[in-house]
Amino acid sequence: MTDVAFVLNGTDVTLTEISPTRTLLDFLREDRGLTGTKEGCNEGDCGACTVMVSDERGARALNACLLFLPQLNGKAVRTVEALSAPDGTLHPVQQAMIDHHGSQCGFCTPGIVMTLATAHLNGMRDHDDQLAGNLCRCTGYAPILRAAEAAAVQPVPDWLHHGRLTAPEVARGDAAQPTSADDLADWYQANPEATLVAGATDVGLWVTKGLQDLSPLCFLGRCADLQQITLGDDGLRIGAGVTIAALRKEVSVSHSDFSKFLRRFASEQIRAAATIGGNIANGSPIGDTPPALIAMGARLHLRQGPARRDMALEDFFLDYRKQDRRPGEFIEAVTIPATTPDLACYKLSKRFDQDISAVCGCFNITLEGSIVKSASIAFGGLAGVPKRARTVEGALVGRPFTPETVHDALPAFAVDFSPLSDMRASARYRLEAAGAMLVRHVHERSGTPVSVLDLEAGA
Amino acid sequence: MSVGTPLPHDSARMHVTGTARYVDDLPVPAGTLHLAFGLSTIAHGEITGMDLSAVTSAPGVVAVLTARDLPFANDVSPSNHDEPLLADGIVQYLGQPVFLVIATSHLAARKAARLGRITYTERPAILTVDQALAAQSRFEDGPVIWQKGDPGAAINAAPLVVQGSLSLGGQEHFYLEGQAALALPQEGGDMIVHSSTQHPTEVQHKVAEAIGAPMHAVRVEVRRMGGGFGGKESQGNALAVACAVAARATGRPCKMRYDRDDDMMITGKRHDFRIDYRAGVDHRGRILGLEVRHLVRCGWSMDLSLPVADRAMLHADNAYSLPNIRIESHRLRTNTQSATAFRGFGGPQGMLGMERIIDHIAHRLGHDPLAVRRVNYYPASTGPTAAPSPLAEGTPEQAAQALARGENPSSRAAVDLEPPAAAPDPHGYQTTPFHQPVEDFILHEMTARLAESADYDRRRAEISAWNRLSPVLKRGIAMTPVKFGISFTLTHLNQAGALVHVYQDGSVHLNHGGTEMGQGLFQKVAQVAARVFGLAPEAIRITATDTAKVPNTSATAASSGSDLNGMAVKAACEAIRDRIAAHLAETRQTTADRVIFTDGIVRIGGDEITFAEAAMAAYLGRVSLSATGFYATPKLSWDRKRGVGRPFFYFAYGVSVTEVAIDTLTGENRILRTDILHDAGSSLNPAIDLGQIEGGFVQGAGWLTTEELVWDDKGRLMTHAPSTYKIPAASDRPRVFNVTLWDAPNGEETIFRSKAVGEPPLMHGISAFLALSDACAACGPHWPNLQAPATPEQVLAAVHRARGPEAEG
Repeated sequence: MTDVAFVLNGTDVTLTEISPTRTLLDFLREDRGLTGTKEGCNEGDCGACTVMVSDERGARALNACLLFLPQLNGKAVRTVEALSAPDGTLHPVQQAMIDHHGSQCGFCTPGIVMTLATAHLNGMRDHDDQLAGNLCRCTGYAPILRAAEAAAVQPVPDWLHHGRLTAPEVARGDAAQPTSADDLADWYQANPEATLVAGATDVGLWVTKGLQDLSPLCFLGRCADLQQITLGDDGLRIGAGVTIAALRKEVSVSHSDFSKFLRRFASEQIRAAATIGGNIANGSPIGDTPPALIAMGARLHLRQGPARRDMALEDFFLDYRKQDRRPGEFIEAVTIPATTPDLACYKLSKRFDQDISAVCGCFNITLEGSIVKSASIAFGGLAGVPKRARTVEGALVGRPFTPETVHDALPAFAVDFSPLSDMRASARYRLEAAGAMLVRHVHERSGTPVSVLDLEAGA
Repeated sequence: MSVGTPLPHDSARMHVTGTARYVDDLPVPAGTLHLAFGLSTIAHGEITGMDLSAVTSAPGVVAVLTARDLPFANDVSPSNHDEPLLADGIVQYLGQPVFLVIATSHLAARKAARLGRITYTERPAILTVDQALAAQSRFEDGPVIWQKGDPGAAINAAPLVVQGSLSLGGQEHFYLEGQAALALPQEGGDMIVHSSTQHPTEVQHKVAEAIGAPMHAVRVEVRRMGGGFGGKESQGNALAVACAVAARATGRPCKMRYDRDDDMMITGKRHDFRIDYRAGVDHRGRILGLEVRHLVRCGWSMDLSLPVADRAMLHADNAYSLPNIRIESHRLRTNTQSATAFRGFGGPQGMLGMERIIDHIAHRLGHDPLAVRRVNYYPASTGPTAAPSPLAEGTPEQAAQALARGENPSSRAAVDLEPPAAAPDPHGYQTTPFHQPVEDFILHEMTARLAESADYDRRRAEISAWNRLSPVLKRGIAMTPVKFGISFTLTHLNQAGALVHVYQDGSVHLNHGGTEMGQGLFQKVAQVAARVFGLAPEAIRITATDTAKVPNTSATAASSGSDLNGMAVKAACEAIRDRIAAHLAETRQTTADRVIFTDGIVRIGGDEITFAEAAMAAYLGRVSLSATGFYATPKLSWDRKRGVGRPFFYFAYGVSVTEVAIDTLTGENRILRTDILHDAGSSLNPAIDLGQIEGGFVQGAGWLTTEELVWDDKGRLMTHAPSTYKIPAASDRPRVFNVTLWDAPNGEETIFRSKAVGEPPLMHGISAFLALSDACAACGPHWPNLQAPATPEQVLAAVHRARGPEAEG
């Protein structure tokens, strides 16, 4: 049981003795009767529960189904019920949704308007990207996009600037809420059986779908020192608590291909919650960032109490869902090279946006003249862990990077990987697609168009 | 004029402010209980033991029910009494409800439901159509076969024979609002049920059976659904019945909603098909004879599978004149979720089969598929067909006509309604494979117009040239027609009722039998009522569909909502309007035909009063301001066993062009542009109709591209959440998306000459699939034989097939 405090639609809320895994969605709907926020999937994939969460860093659209109440400590939540002005004047996004016939059944609509209103507040106009986490089954999205474009030219209404964005934090109860890495290190060493919660985009599902009772729990959101990105001699050190959204923005110039690839990481709502540390610690063989980080040569920084150790990220993943992490040890940061000009990341899934990789291939191939000087290639989805393609790399190094060399290297994929078949793809296709990504890479580096995303219909 | 105006959805403001209520949003009385099902963990077997002690003792659990605890009917099927609410001895699919938990919260019920320990003696599970065929596991005694002409002889005599097979996947509805129901027990054992259902009367019927009461003891109310798409035609029965049974047992209100994963594991989806075909064609691609075999995977219970499979057969021709055709349909019973209604109701599957055949023929001949489409189109319907018609020789036609007349004597009115000028011998008309005359064929003109506006010929040439220079990416284009039959094929369902009240202040309140699931039905119907009364649509209030207001309703399905309910409402409104007019005429010494209702004003001769004043005058004059209305679709008669008659009042038409790109290395693909020209008759509301068309296209394209249902070899659905089942996201819509209404009046006398628009646009998604096939075909000389859905994996396989074995390795 735990206590938390936050601002809900402009009013302070202090909750005592609540379950730390009570979701914001259930709280809104069941305890507050705020039924405008909908449950569509209860797993962060449909966006019907999207709310606006603000703190001193600004406003984010988040999925209420994957937010445990302690994660909101000190923050402000705005739901669809408080998007219009107190006098009933509609937000420009709401008005545009009416004018452009953007709702049909209306069930996804509250989530859509909250996503659009948050994007509008933040001045974001990449509407497809902003909406990738909001599913609509009726409209085919076209009228929603027309509404988004129409609203984009309207000013942010005054009333969104009013109201407090933070509340005094309350951190009583048996769920830990450390405020620094040191605090966390001490607490976790003493409670190594605990579950650490950062963005809850995965742990949330253990509760909403797995129906697990998690205890003890430790919420990492207040550890500001884990949320830093710093450039040092050995590269860019990314704190484990940095969200994917923050990382994507931060590296948009220095690691442009990585940043572009992160657009394919889930959705706006998930990226705004999920952390790099969580994506690594989770150990999933189909997580998006590990193959890219491994291909870059990332080093992982682990901490257990006062003790720290570093390792190559690829060495962290031992076996399916098994990592080289000791009891009470946590990921403090990951370091990547200051720039990765040769990095190319390809993600293959049934749907472009907000899908999980069937295969994710990341290539960091450095040439000297036309000769491959070094190759670091890592894949997700081909093994029980994110894994280097060592034999393939060996077949490339020292040879000219040409379609012929790549062709000769293709059999090496079957040496490196024996993928499985599942609902995302067959083993055979996975293996073939992995090789195809290398073929794509050699084409791309020679200037041949290789992405259907870059094409437009014939004029 | 209110009719024809692009007004917003009547709930639009409530949608965007979050104030529109769905079942789970309704405030509930204190003490309301929550339900969850415990599910079968195997696909087929006998239950040998159920240890529910952990369930019963779990926190918050009030009661646990099994089949033997049900006091009355244990059945939630729409038709065949083969679908127990709770498994009774045998489980028939993985995910079947076995026991029912009643608890103090939704979460407590869900948690407890996982604690059941059920033991089984497993039986072999039949999962695929091949297994079902081998085991003769089917509904009905054998395949349904309709034949016209002599296809075998025609194929054997044809210069060229094209044959092949297409597997096409099912589709999860993924209505954003999951299934939900709430039962409120009343005095005397009565029950009020709020249900997210397209079919309130069926819910009423099933609940009444389950609580052992006449239908008058049960009132079902539906304000709106968060999407239906056919998935709430029968699949909501289980929740509503469970709630009513639990409410009866406990005396407390009971609510149930499926968690999304449960929803996908329990409920039925679109039927997947395998379609085998053999066509005999001439050198222009004209189909001289055709044999088609539908293998329909129906799942474990019959549900609506027979009419779905029928409708697939009824659309096996799509837009093409097929003098010699045999359609064979196998309705196969498998140990999987019971496939159910889904927008198009079998029509899309049948139509895709036909469109695929055309593409295959065109590929074999090296022709533009559009040219092959055009030579096979039904001839334009301006008179007797030019082509030799089997009708001229045909006894089946004469028999059909006679049967049609004989079976439905009341269709004399239909004869009267036929176009008087032409008055052709009906035998001169071309007919469908089921012998319905095609009298309204407008696809020649529609195809010509869209081919021009979308610049089809030039773009096809440009794409071919581009493909020759692009090694990795290829583009493809396809133009496909839609001809979709409108009416329930179970003829008696084509009826609707309405109840309209005019109050003393001139405001109008009405109910009809249709349900609102987002399609804008209430708005359209309000516009109809507003038109009759000469009022602004805001003066009309439509409240929740309620079995106590309008009884014996048909499901809001088969695209019928506006056609049926609009007419019923119009009749009721006209009855009241005419009473008011008669009263005013009488009191003001004029005749009723000189009383005009327009713009909120009533003109009586030279006088003008407001509608509110007119209503008050009628009230004071003791004139009834309440009326029911009723409508039954004319002209219909249908013998589904023989496949003969007129199942459809009319056809809705459309044509679309889609351009796509594929990555030949991975099979990844993208829709680049779609142009649609669609026939909604004289649109009641062009904005709502455009919304149906855009949304229908994207849903149809999703069905055939990203939406893949995968079961493992134990019969477990592996894609049971949006994390693994991928409906289109915002960026999947065509980047260039031009939708236009054909906007010509329906030839039949429908509600203000509009046409049904709910289902037909979904089938424009076929153009996306065939454009992908076209792009695959650009990779090599061979037939790519693309299978659906066209996931990247399937596209890549088709690329390989196009290149042929010699290109591989």
